[in-house]
Amino acid sequence: MVRCFLIHTVCPVSALSAGESRVLYSRVFGPDDGVLSERHRELSPEERRLLQKEKVAAVARQVRSAVSLSREASGRLIVETMPGEENLALQDADCGVVRLRAGDPFSEETSALWLGVQSLGFTLVCEPHENLLLAEGTLRNLTRHCLEHLHMLGQGSEVLLKSNRIDVLLSRLLPHGQLLFLNHRFAQSLEKEVAAYMAK
Amino acid sequence: MYSHASESLIKQAREIQVSELQKFYSRLMKMLQGKELGHDTVDSLQRLHLILSATKYTRTLPLELQKRFVALLSSPAEQHQVLSAAVLRETLPLTGQELNYNHQLNSHAAGLLLSQAVSKGDLSSLCTQLLRNLESRPSEGPTHSLMHTLPVLNSVLTHSPECLSEDQMTLVSKKLVDWLRYASVMQGVGTSSGGFFTGPRSRQPVPIAELDGSVSGDFFTVLCVGQGFTEDQWMNVYSFSMLRHWLLTYHSSCSTTVDADDRSEVDGSVVSMVSATSSSSRLLPPKERLREKAFQYCQRLIEQSDRKAHKKTDTELQKACLVEAVCILDCVCVEDASLVYRTFPCIKALFGRLSSELSYARVLLPIAQFYLNHGEIAAVDCENVWKVVFGRFPTELFNDPFLAHELLRFLRLNLESIELRVPQYTRYFPNLLKFLAWDSPAMVDDFVDLLPSMVTTGTAVELLHTLLDLPCLSATLVLQHRSTCLPISEPVGRSFVSLDAFRNPSFRGLFLFLLRTEAGSGDTMDRLSTLHELLVEAADWPRVTQCARTVPVLLHVFFNTIVTIADEKLLAHLILVMLERSSLLLNIPAYIKEIHRVFSCHLLRLCKLHPSLVVNQSHELLEFAGSTANVYSKEELYTHVVWVLGEYLSVSCDSRCSVSLITSCFEALEAVLFEITSSAPPTGKVCPAPKVINTLMSALAKLASRSHDLIPRVSLFLSKLRTVTRSGSVAWCSDEEDLVAIVTRGEELWSLLKAPGVAQSVLTPPPHVIAPQWHRDTNVALPLQLRALTSLTHSQ
Repeated sequence: MVRCFLIHTVCPVSALSAGESRVLYSRVFGPDDGVLSERHRELSPEERRLLQKEKVAAVARQVRSAVSLSREASGRLIVETMPGEENLALQDADCGVVRLRAGDPFSEETSALWLGVQSLGFTLVCEPHENLLLAEGTLRNLTRHCLEHLHMLGQGSEVLLKSNRIDVLLSRLLPHGQLLFLNHRFAQSLEKEVAAYMAK
Repeated sequence: MYSHASESLIKQAREIQVSELQKFYSRLMKMLQGKELGHDTVDSLQRLHLILSATKYTRTLPLELQKRFVALLSSPAEQHQVLSAAVLRETLPLTGQELNYNHQLNSHAAGLLLSQAVSKGDLSSLCTQLLRNLESRPSEGPTHSLMHTLPVLNSVLTHSPECLSEDQMTLVSKKLVDWLRYASVMQGVGTSSGGFFTGPRSRQPVPIAELDGSVSGDFFTVLCVGQGFTEDQWMNVYSFSMLRHWLLTYHSSCSTTVDADDRSEVDGSVVSMVSATSSSSRLLPPKERLREKAFQYCQRLIEQSDRKAHKKTDTELQKACLVEAVCILDCVCVEDASLVYRTFPCIKALFGRLSSELSYARVLLPIAQFYLNHGEIAAVDCENVWKVVFGRFPTELFNDPFLAHELLRFLRLNLESIELRVPQYTRYFPNLLKFLAWDSPAMVDDFVDLLPSMVTTGTAVELLHTLLDLPCLSATLVLQHRSTCLPISEPVGRSFVSLDAFRNPSFRGLFLFLLRTEAGSGDTMDRLSTLHELLVEAADWPRVTQCARTVPVLLHVFFNTIVTIADEKLLAHLILVMLERSSLLLNIPAYIKEIHRVFSCHLLRLCKLHPSLVVNQSHELLEFAGSTANVYSKEELYTHVVWVLGEYLSVSCDSRCSVSLITSCFEALEAVLFEITSSAPPTGKVCPAPKVINTLMSALAKLASRSHDLIPRVSLFLSKLRTVTRSGSVAWCSDEEDLVAIVTRGEELWSLLKAPGVAQSVLTPPPHVIAPQWHRDTNVALPLQLRALTSLTHSQ
């Protein structure tokens, strides 16, 4: 299962310190990590929500660090693409995996797959024993749809103001964090539904 | 992509004033009174969501508004469901509020319940509700109304598998069997594409097709296509997507590290009869039946993956299906060892088909896992598998981050089994380290965990050399990568001396040694300094500097491991390697400094553990300590070498320590001390730190205290030192305070040496004095007791 999906910055943000990342969208799947384990039972719902937000922020920071180190090592220049060139942006994107140790921040070891598209990172945190090949394909697909439906290559803020579209996208392609084995026909069918929703 | 506008939106959302927020709430309340939600309302709801989610501190909604959202969750319009679920997720659940369980839960409402569950009881109720809906489905429900059941169930399983009762598990097992094996083989009604040919003919039932276009001859799987899909075909997809997790959770003996030998005896005899009669599988209990159907499904997938798909995304899906199928087969074979004989031919054939295809490398890892788990039972030769996984993949695919991650994870999770069954694993460290050399930040964590397993007494020296040359390996991989990407004649901005050297036949041997796949062909190369010269420009390549930063960490892991398994002979050899390599490192200043620091730390440690090492290696240590140049170029390491000589070159550490040895050591150190305190440092070097000089003086004093004839010589030097420094500043010490510290130390030593008998015990106290015994030592206990009593009884 996928623990969470995030969209966050991987470029320097003036209001934040150097290693920090601004989380633009986050969706954590399933019941709260802490609730069912012994450790955090005495936390109030507010504290639990706070803890969850901090965990998400911790993931974003680690991925941000990984992305900048990877880009530094490869020496590739980030090329800005225009709206309409989503496929090109995706092709040029760098990708990788970060191993998140048990406890940092989730109670068991997880793998954070990431795609760095210019100044934003798209991250999928997967549980152990997850099919990472399938996860990679799903992440690429999700990213492409986000870029297209939310016009993310432009200067708009739809990712913040139209987040319900991402919710619907996830509910079809990654329902409750479940990765799906979709051949092109099944995928087309789901994508039609998503497109129909977006058109409203 | 990320604009100022977005940043300021977030800022606004966070800093919204309470009064403004209250007004917003009341406006919303009015907007939500109507049945339909207009565009404005939708926008406002989105803004509310942004306001709530932009801050990590929770905002509470007014009760009425929150209740309205809860009601909106059950609205038939999906947009209402999505928006209300999103808003409710960001606030606290109403206490005492229970979503009406009698309704058919839509996907978004179920997701909300899941995220707000506070106990296993909540999860159990949710499961019960979902399964009840599944069983008693009204026929007029929309097609996707129950698709979310399996994903939600799977999510619950992840966190608390005990939420399902026996009966519920049986129910789900039965359903899974139906959907996996008995889904419709006819295409569903497609979305009408309109056009010329819609008519009675197009309404004929058409069988499903394979990915290469041919008509499907067997049951429906995720690799089958059609114009449209029936509901049970959808459920087939959802079922397969959660199958592995289900099996891992409930077919409890599924674990990748189980020692299959012990289990095969028991399980084989009990279940062999049952599995052998696969044709009568209808008589099997639900759990075993599911296992059998999973087995058949996976075998079919493996077959189907051999077909040439028309679309690239489908080819990628085939790969993912292969991975999943092999993993599930591994799982069922662990559970029922008799299935191994039925499965192995298929896995072997798959390996044969894919082992030479680098694009299928990631599929080969689950296959390797299968061989590791079951190869022994089936008495299959796994040699080829390891040659590919350890020998070929790191060589050709070191720059694939996903393969690296998965391969190293495979090693970590199966380390015990691999050490037992694949002893040749330890020889492959030169190859495996390529992953680290290419992408250090991502891989260092895994190598910190794996390196101890690669440390053996047989290959320790070679491993140490290899670790020290990791930056060179990193540079070589960069060159290799560039060499294959760039045509030979093209000039690349800056001219790469190193790239030419890489392509030059006379230096080929050097690079080939670095790129070797297995250990055992030599500890290191002869022309190491040549190599370093060729790679001098690589010192500021980012990949190389990132790699250099991880080497000290790995060296610590190496030394921590080696002290537990090495004998004195090997440790002596390692000390020699440290001394030798201290001047043979790739020229990255920060790197060299760090390595010297690590060497110093571990030299000290090794000598503390085995003091006789110093006498053993006295020749080489003296050679190092007697060279004045080392004071300036390797100050830290030099200081430590001098210290261990002073401390451990004594009869009490090793009976072979003779007076002449002490004397020759003394003379060597004395000569250096004279030299560095009589003239300014050579051009380009800084003055030696006071620590070096103090250590030298202390070492001389220690040696003299063991051989009293040497005392006058020390005293002479120390008095000369005092005289010289009285006249003011000296060329070899730039700071006045430092000079004072040195002179003070000198005087302390001088006065100590005036009482030779005492000097030895003060300078090198015997072990029982420095090891604290606390309450066991009667000399120490009483003062401690008194002090404790005093502090308790006195009021201040």
